[in-house]
Amino acid sequence: MKFVCLGYLDENKFANLSEEEGQKMMNACFDYDDELRRKGHFLGGEALDWSRKAVTLRTKNGQVEVTDGPYAETKEILGGILLLEARDINHAISLMSAHPGVKVGPFEIRPADEQINRLIAERGARLNTAQA
Amino acid sequence: MDKSACIAKVEDLYQRDSRKVFATLVRLLGDFELAEEAMHEAFAAALQQWPEQGLPHNPLAWLVSAGKFKALDGIRRKQKFGQLQPDLQRLAEELGEHQEYMAEQEIEDERLRLIFTCCHPAIDARIQVPLTLREVCGLTTEEIASAFLTQPATLAQRIVRGKAKIRDARIPFKIPELAELPARLDAVLSVIYLIFNEGYSASAGDAAIRRDLSDEAIRLTRLVLELLPDPEVMGLLALMLLHESRRAARTDENGDLVLLEDQDRSVWDRQMIEEGKQLVRRALATRRFGFYTLQAAISAVHADAASPQETDWHQIVALYSLLLQVEDSPIIALNRAVAVAMRDGPGAGLEIIDQLLRHKELAQYHLAYSARGELLRRSGQPQLARQAYAQALSLAKQAPERRFLQARLAELDA
Repeated sequence: MKFVCLGYLDENKFANLSEEEGQKMMNACFDYDDELRRKGHFLGGEALDWSRKAVTLRTKNGQVEVTDGPYAETKEILGGILLLEARDINHAISLMSAHPGVKVGPFEIRPADEQINRLIAERGARLNTAQA
Repeated sequence: MDKSACIAKVEDLYQRDSRKVFATLVRLLGDFELAEEAMHEAFAAALQQWPEQGLPHNPLAWLVSAGKFKALDGIRRKQKFGQLQPDLQRLAEELGEHQEYMAEQEIEDERLRLIFTCCHPAIDARIQVPLTLREVCGLTTEEIASAFLTQPATLAQRIVRGKAKIRDARIPFKIPELAELPARLDAVLSVIYLIFNEGYSASAGDAAIRRDLSDEAIRLTRLVLELLPDPEVMGLLALMLLHESRRAARTDENGDLVLLEDQDRSVWDRQMIEEGKQLVRRALATRRFGFYTLQAAISAVHADAASPQETDWHQIVALYSLLLQVEDSPIIALNRAVAVAMRDGPGAGLEIIDQLLRHKELAQYHLAYSARGELLRRSGQPQLARQAYAQALSLAKQAPERRFLQARLAELDA
């Protein structure tokens, strides 16, 4: 099963880390990602840039309105995404419990919606054959 | 053996025996998460190595040994990252010393050890069932959640708590000593019986997964019986086989319940019935039987009757009376009352049921009113029967049971 792991962090705390500390933490995360990769659990991941660089779109009166900043103004901000392959949710929990990222902030583990992902994959495949 | 046959063999072993390898590794490593990873790595190594080097002499022992070394590798790598915890250090040393190759039979016994661990009395009863199903039977949390109509996230949390309890309370991975075995065996059997009933009785949820639950319960009991030939284990296995033999007959094409007396007995599974009856005889012969054996004996009497009319109700009433002595439960008393009605006529049964309904325990139990309605109908009192069925309907929760009661009410109105 595919799980999407959303890693949150307190950006203020993160910004206050010394360069050495930040590097050390990041390396620990990379090392653990390697562990996951070696066993075939790591499907992919994206690190997110500072939330102040985000813009948020919403529709108001039929018009798309753009505001700067993230959608949710909370202390802990989404900082990275990891795609995980695990046997079931308890397997995902045990794999992510050892991730150094959990020391930085909370991690949310969500099962991917396989049904909708299948529809998306079918659409993609259809488009590819149409273009071929 | 050629390469594709080797790969097929690994896949087959994974399907049938991966939980045995896992159970062995849990004991050796003393840790569920380490064991799960090590087990998967061992199978991955087998997929790589067996096609090249040929099938090992004892594949399960090879997998256990490979898993152990993979775990050791993992511990060493963590050490490199400076993540090593003190108990992992000790474990690494112990594992380094533990070199002997395990015999096949030893590996067979490991799952039984794990059942006793997962059903340890220190673990919350609501956690024992999902923990056993996931760790011993290898069902996924999502499958268990779908069978028990719970959210996977809720169940996941319980399973995590169960494993943490085992770790923190240092619950041992072993079969209990003889002195504490009877009490501990009771807990194991009741977990297995709950698993079976969830797969057999409830009619909500995914039918295929429910059937898996019953099959798992039967498999677990066979395993327990192989290692502990206790009469009550025989009784439980017999009880489950005799119930399972009627699976095809107990629901109709709409998924509605068909009562025992209305079932097509020609579709009962004769092979399961034969095995069940033999087990009942063996258990009864020990004269140390209890709750499960007596229920199995009742089920066997039903299995012997070619039609409901030919049922030996004298024997069934006698067995229920014995069962009441073992466990004084109002539900057993209710079942006995129904059997008395079959033996002596509806009036005799009604008298007992009305007495039972005066106790609080049965007052909210829909089947008590449904049985009362049935006996009133048979004794020619449709008005009163209607009232009883309506009361049963107001208490029943499951859709098929509600449909059954509605159909009975409609018949009375017709």
